[in-house]
Amino acid sequence: MIIGAIKESALGERRVAVTPDSVKKLVKLGYQVVIESGCGAEANFPDSFYQSSGAEVLSDRESVLAEAELLLKVNVPQSEEISLCKEGSALISFVWPAKNENQVDQLKQRNITTLAMDCVPRISRAQKLDALSSMANIAGYRAVVESANEFGSFFTGQITAAGKVPPAKVLVIGAGVAGLAAIGTAKSLGAIVRAFDTRLAVKDQVKSMGADFLELEFEESGEGEGGYAKTMSEEFIAAEMALFAEQAREVDIIVTTALIPGRPAPELITPEMVASMKPGSVIVDLAAQNGGNCKLTRPDEKVVVDGVTIIGYTDLPSRLPTQSSNLYANNIVNLLTDMTPEKDGQLEVNLEDQVVRGTLVTYQGELMWPPPKIEAPTPPPQKVASVDLTESSGKPAANSSNHWILTIVAIVMGAGFLWLLGNYAPAEFISHLTVFMLACFVGWQLVWNVTPALHTPLMSVTNAISGIIVIGGLLQIGSDWQSPSSLLAAAAVLIATVNVVGGFWVTHRMLAMFRKQD
Amino acid sequence: MGTVPQVAWLIAAICFILSLGGLSRHESARRGNFLGIVGMLLAIGAAFWQAIESELLGGLSQGGLSVLAIALVVGGIVGGLLAVRVAMTGMPQLVAILHSFVGLAAVFVGISVFLHGHDSPEAPAGVQLIHDIEIFLGVFIGGLTFTGSVVAWGKLDGRINSRPLLIPGRHGFNVAMLGICVLLGTWFVQSPVPSSDLAALLIMLLISFVFGAHLVMAIGGADMPVVVSMLNSYSGWAAAATGFMLSNDLLIITGALVGSSGAILSYIMCHAMNRSFLSVILGGFGTGTSTAAAGVDRGDLVHTATTADEVAEALKNAKEVIVVPGYGMAVAQAQHPIREIAELLQANGTRTRFAIHPVAGRLPGHMNVLLAEARLPYDLVLEMDEINEDFPSTDVVLVVGANDIVNPGALDDPTSPIYGMPVLEAWKAKEVVVFKRSMGSGYSGVDNPLFYNDNTDMLFGDAKKSSDDILQALRR
Repeated sequence: MIIGAIKESALGERRVAVTPDSVKKLVKLGYQVVIESGCGAEANFPDSFYQSSGAEVLSDRESVLAEAELLLKVNVPQSEEISLCKEGSALISFVWPAKNENQVDQLKQRNITTLAMDCVPRISRAQKLDALSSMANIAGYRAVVESANEFGSFFTGQITAAGKVPPAKVLVIGAGVAGLAAIGTAKSLGAIVRAFDTRLAVKDQVKSMGADFLELEFEESGEGEGGYAKTMSEEFIAAEMALFAEQAREVDIIVTTALIPGRPAPELITPEMVASMKPGSVIVDLAAQNGGNCKLTRPDEKVVVDGVTIIGYTDLPSRLPTQSSNLYANNIVNLLTDMTPEKDGQLEVNLEDQVVRGTLVTYQGELMWPPPKIEAPTPPPQKVASVDLTESSGKPAANSSNHWILTIVAIVMGAGFLWLLGNYAPAEFISHLTVFMLACFVGWQLVWNVTPALHTPLMSVTNAISGIIVIGGLLQIGSDWQSPSSLLAAAAVLIATVNVVGGFWVTHRMLAMFRKQD
Repeated sequence: MGTVPQVAWLIAAICFILSLGGLSRHESARRGNFLGIVGMLLAIGAAFWQAIESELLGGLSQGGLSVLAIALVVGGIVGGLLAVRVAMTGMPQLVAILHSFVGLAAVFVGISVFLHGHDSPEAPAGVQLIHDIEIFLGVFIGGLTFTGSVVAWGKLDGRINSRPLLIPGRHGFNVAMLGICVLLGTWFVQSPVPSSDLAALLIMLLISFVFGAHLVMAIGGADMPVVVSMLNSYSGWAAAATGFMLSNDLLIITGALVGSSGAILSYIMCHAMNRSFLSVILGGFGTGTSTAAAGVDRGDLVHTATTADEVAEALKNAKEVIVVPGYGMAVAQAQHPIREIAELLQANGTRTRFAIHPVAGRLPGHMNVLLAEARLPYDLVLEMDEINEDFPSTDVVLVVGANDIVNPGALDDPTSPIYGMPVLEAWKAKEVVVFKRSMGSGYSGVDNPLFYNDNTDMLFGDAKKSSDDILQALRR
């Protein structure tokens, strides 16, 4: 099968769907690759790199489209591009079928198999082909870089000869992939980072990135279907807005990433909050494409209101073209690896495969989107503090009243036994028993102090000294050395000596190996 | 002059106590071993003295002396050979087989005392009863220590299949054997006929052999640390029982020291697996309900495989690295290249440390000895409690041949058979690399969610080969 890739026609788009690296992997899967000359130039991949990876470079788009049986794209193709595509060929691209009905219709009519990278189901197995996450990650990073570019001060606090510089304070709203990437970037630039999310489940992730998690005194989790957020109750939103208003006065940078699937972005930053921010502050609105989390955001533009810069760029991934092309191309390679099980360069559309089914938009002249609902991923079992341990852990949680009865029975029995002993046992035995019990306690105290690293030497030393039984044998050899009793004793001496010598010697060997760092 | 041996034995007992005390720290450990040797020489010397002097025994004859000398020399040579030739990976086997010797010696001494005792004039009834019980008990403990240790040795050495052998009705079988032993015991202490006494003693000895072997057969490979420490404890109790038989306080003290030491080790091991001592000893872990849990559908989860070059790259860029070794490292003999990797990383300014789980390996402290053998400084090797807090600030964790001891399911999955077991929290690090032969599950048969984490990469293949490759990549 021949894979084709062309230069993206969308305005300002610098990404490309194949990279020299991904060409190599595609060739390994058995595909031939043809590309339009200059398709990777904006992402810093010259034609020669593609050629040396095994791709054929054609001079114009028409000839690539005429040859390609599988077209790889970043943005959904324009009408005229679709009309140039081979009938019955395949396409992998971002499609956004809800927004681009015309193109989807056209793809369907031309009997093109369309796989939308934006429709990859959010299940664990599909993570490696989740291009939205890849792009969100980049967008989060770039958002902070853009804000740093506009912000008039350092991110990191410093103490210089000229005076002290306080660190910048960054608020990240929405701790999804983009939000977490923004947190990580801002943190590594040295800022104080706070983050807010309606889903309490992400608290640990936020903390692991080094940010403070802002919490409302409120009992409601915003965990919706597929790990996305859902719309919250009115009371919750009111409390949330109060929190943002308070934070707005304090922080220097706000990065908003709040999106609810299938709805316009929620308005979180009101014009009043913007007005209350310090002049020179920056807001980066990653939800700009869906209406923005801030009313003043203008998509694809940078505006300054009340001294606050509001960035609404929607092409953040494209502003990091090399990185985003690499990740996107890898996502595609991962999808194709799954769909080319024989590695023979033949695309296999398996409708039973959840991931493929979810990604499919048009197939054999029919609209396949939206896919039938798949079962929601089961969330990992929550850690519950009061779990009944009796069955699962083998550690019996003893019933407390039972426990008491057992203790009393044990004490009574012990007392009775000692009374019997005291009455009938010979004095000599009692004195030995005393020695024995005391030695047990001494041993108990001693051994708890042994460092775990020396447990093996401890065992071999105890091995050696339990060879003390040798003196038992020694004392048993009597005058008549040929008697069975004496011979047995001699055998005991022999065996016990093995223990004594072997035990001490091997301990010595081991201890000699332990050394401290010089 | 009659009490000179007793005084010498008192000093020997003190030496032994100080010897165990010395092992509390690395700095004093060698002195501890030395004190143990001194104590032993004193004790044997004094025993010689007593044997020669003793009126009761009629003094040692020429023949007796030469038998003794031969026994000591031969035993010494065999012991020396064993100690010199054992590889550090073979330590568990050596320790197990040495336990069996103590058990066997206790059996011999017990029977010897019994045979000897019936030559001497009748003692008062109470004394005789206690004495009989002591002999019977001593031989019983010795017998089961002997075969139990031999089986443990066989399992550790790979001569016996290390999977638990579970015969139907095994608990009933054990109880029946114990019951018969108790019956034989009553007969033994009551019957006035020496010949039937001897028969009772020997039958009981055979049963104790079967009992010991059966007990250990039912226990699987990774529970061996508990078994070996338990046998360590038993060998101590056997020595103590012999001390009671012979009315020798030194034997009693030493036996008690060893017995409690083994008991503590068993306790520590069980605690580290969150299992009761009884459930370990009754055996059968990793075959019953837990295999069902292993069948949990992981169809949705994928692991990421990585290469030695990528791991080397990650290590080069890391500031903090923790290595978690397990039994797989010992099997693959990977400790040497791992130590070299650690050295290179240290030289590169990367703080590299080792985290040891209490039950890693087949013997308490096994990993520490292996790493020491590979000449890794012991101050880089930390216990679980010392290092568990540091995983979140660690860049790369290398899990070498370990599985259950880094299973996050032990903390957050109440359905997991190992739920509640303290584990090394490797998954909290930024990146985890797991060295593993294949995607099989660990000893307990429990699936490990760690392998499917986003920040976990799997490095498949032999641990030694993998670490050699990483080493080469690092040198480049």
